[in-house]
Amino acid sequence: MNHLPLIIKREYLTKVRNKSFIVMTFLSPMIMIALVAVVAYLSQLNNNKERTIAILDETEMLSSVFENTENTTYNILEATELKDALELIKDDESYGLLYIANTDSIAEIAQNIKFFSEESPSLTVISGLERKLERRLTDLKLEQDGVDIEQIRASKTNIDIAQESFDGQKSSKIDNLLKLAFGGIAGYLLFMFIIIYGNMIMRSVIEEKTSRIIEVIISSVKPIQLMMGKIIGTSLAGVTQFAIWVVLGGLMFVIVSSIFGIDMAQMQTPQQEMMNQAMQSQGTQAMAENIIISINNLPITNLIVAFMFFFIGGYLLYSSLYAAIGAAVDNETDTQQFMLPILMPLILAVYVGVFTVIEDPHGTVSTVFSFIPFTSPVVMLMRIPFGVPMWQQILSLLLLIGTFMLAVWFAAKIYRVGILMYGKKPSYKELFKWLKY
Amino acid sequence: MSDLLVANSVSKRFGDFTALNKVSISVPNGSIFGLLGPNGAGKTTLIRIINQITMPDEGKVLLDGHALKPEHIRDIGYLPEERGLYKSMKVGEQALYLAQLKGLSKSEAKSRLKYWFDKLEIGDWWNKKIQELSKGQAQKIQFVVTVLHRPKLLIFDEPFSGFDPINANLIKDEILQLRDEGATVIFSTHRMESVEELCDHIALIHKSKKVLDGKLNDIKRQYKTNTFEIGLQSNNKDEVIKAIREKFEVLPATFKNLYDDIKLNVKIEENVSPNDLLSFLTSKAEVHHFVEVLPSANDIFIQTVKNN
Repeated sequence: MNHLPLIIKREYLTKVRNKSFIVMTFLSPMIMIALVAVVAYLSQLNNNKERTIAILDETEMLSSVFENTENTTYNILEATELKDALELIKDDESYGLLYIANTDSIAEIAQNIKFFSEESPSLTVISGLERKLERRLTDLKLEQDGVDIEQIRASKTNIDIAQESFDGQKSSKIDNLLKLAFGGIAGYLLFMFIIIYGNMIMRSVIEEKTSRIIEVIISSVKPIQLMMGKIIGTSLAGVTQFAIWVVLGGLMFVIVSSIFGIDMAQMQTPQQEMMNQAMQSQGTQAMAENIIISINNLPITNLIVAFMFFFIGGYLLYSSLYAAIGAAVDNETDTQQFMLPILMPLILAVYVGVFTVIEDPHGTVSTVFSFIPFTSPVVMLMRIPFGVPMWQQILSLLLLIGTFMLAVWFAAKIYRVGILMYGKKPSYKELFKWLKY
Repeated sequence: MSDLLVANSVSKRFGDFTALNKVSISVPNGSIFGLLGPNGAGKTTLIRIINQITMPDEGKVLLDGHALKPEHIRDIGYLPEERGLYKSMKVGEQALYLAQLKGLSKSEAKSRLKYWFDKLEIGDWWNKKIQELSKGQAQKIQFVVTVLHRPKLLIFDEPFSGFDPINANLIKDEILQLRDEGATVIFSTHRMESVEELCDHIALIHKSKKVLDGKLNDIKRQYKTNTFEIGLQSNNKDEVIKAIREKFEVLPATFKNLYDDIKLNVKIEENVSPNDLLSFLTSKAEVHHFVEVLPSANDIFIQTVKNN
């Protein structure tokens, strides 16, 4: 008798109809967007703060670089002693005083620049000042040494190495960024999915134990059927939730950004910054074309197929372990000791993915971890956009499937014994014994 | 009468612990079979093996002459001692789900549920969640779900716990009716008065072994002590008692009787007929009470467990 569809249906409907699930589904994207909006708003607020910075330039060579901007006013003091200047800025509530002492050589000037302020100044302000002074002083030094600055400017060359693989596929920096983004998103999505819905499966197993219905159910269906039904039903609920999040999130994002007029582009992640730098060397038009070409360059079919297989494989592997944990314990507080061994490889996978795959997608570390079943789903998903030979993908997938079957067997054993065990918290030793029952 | 269920020297070990040691039972068709034993004796393990929740290490279980197969799940209804339902699921939905797991079609399950809900007058619970019901109410639902697919074999583990006397009686009557309609019932309990009332066969499991089984009446006969309660009326009380003491073994007695001049428990030898005792008594005094003392299921239980 195959009750799997029936169990899946019940698990799915119970999850989806659950009040907290509904609330989470509709509230989380709003909270996320609200959070992002608040952060964006606050950082804008901070940037918009108007400052007056007093400049006391005894050399009288550098004050020209300080041009007033929207938020910063430079108050150039002239013919004032440092002592008086300090008094002055204390009274007029300036942000601080930049003091450039007059010394003989440019090198010495550079070493004797000071900034006085009441509170320790913001890093951006200081580095802004430093950049301005550096440029000017470098120019002055070059001039002093008799070098033609124009000539140096003219000789400056921009390089953008065109990348091409042996079989003639062209790629560029944008390509790599896109690949990183694709892999990163896929890997991170899997990671989140496992943690959120793995926990949900675990809780639902524990719930069956605490409500004591388990023995009734188990006298009608095989434990493994119940377990698989739970895993699949919960995953479907998860997919539903994710889909709603994506749609709602997108909608909210558009609405909020248009209402509050927050320029989302201002909130730059490091990747975006890299992207921008890459963009600066080309025109916007060419840029857009390049992105499209890059997307076309990605092994799309491979990506989608691999994503499905590794995502499902990885998710099933971990969720069967979560189900086993749920079966082994009586309540959620007892799960801690078993959670760590599950989370460790998962976190390791994300770290390996973030640090080594970006560095070298085909290096030894990335390659090895993309074969180890517990880390392979995340790491392989991050590697695939960079082009992984088919045999590697298939081998890794076979290993994953093999381990998954082993894990299901193991989990089913634990599950079968565990769901009927009440009262005491089992140790690892006992779990091992259960395998032999 | 053939046997519906036969367990053949079934053993089960959990690690170093032996839960069942070569236990054999035969449950006759149409009987109510009491599966008795102290806590931790192995009853639940045996029941779980019959339900194919756990597999025996050794031995075989036959249902209707065939080794247990997954399909037999349809033929068994099991009400475990540790029972419960999904708390946040609605009564009707849940009952339908559990019935479908037992192989009923949705429409069939629905019409049967309607019959039972009407019979037990619980129709208006259909859309309530289990957590809104009392414990006894939830137990009723559970009972209905257990018997809904009309299994040949019903296994009840402490079915009356949690019920008030009225509902316990109601359920008892339902069980008897199901038996009359042809179902065979395995009944596990610690309440000996309900064993006395319901069971015609019993098996007693103690420390993983079966120590006693058979028809309840046969067992009682085995355990009888040939003792009779007698109540007599006579004018020379002391003389009569003296005369009885000379011929028979006499024990103090406590029973209720209208005439209680003389109340005694009299034990006779194996080869002596009760008639001899009775005619002896009638010759001495007026007999108002003459009853053979039968061992109660409770006595048998305690005696057997203590002796093992």
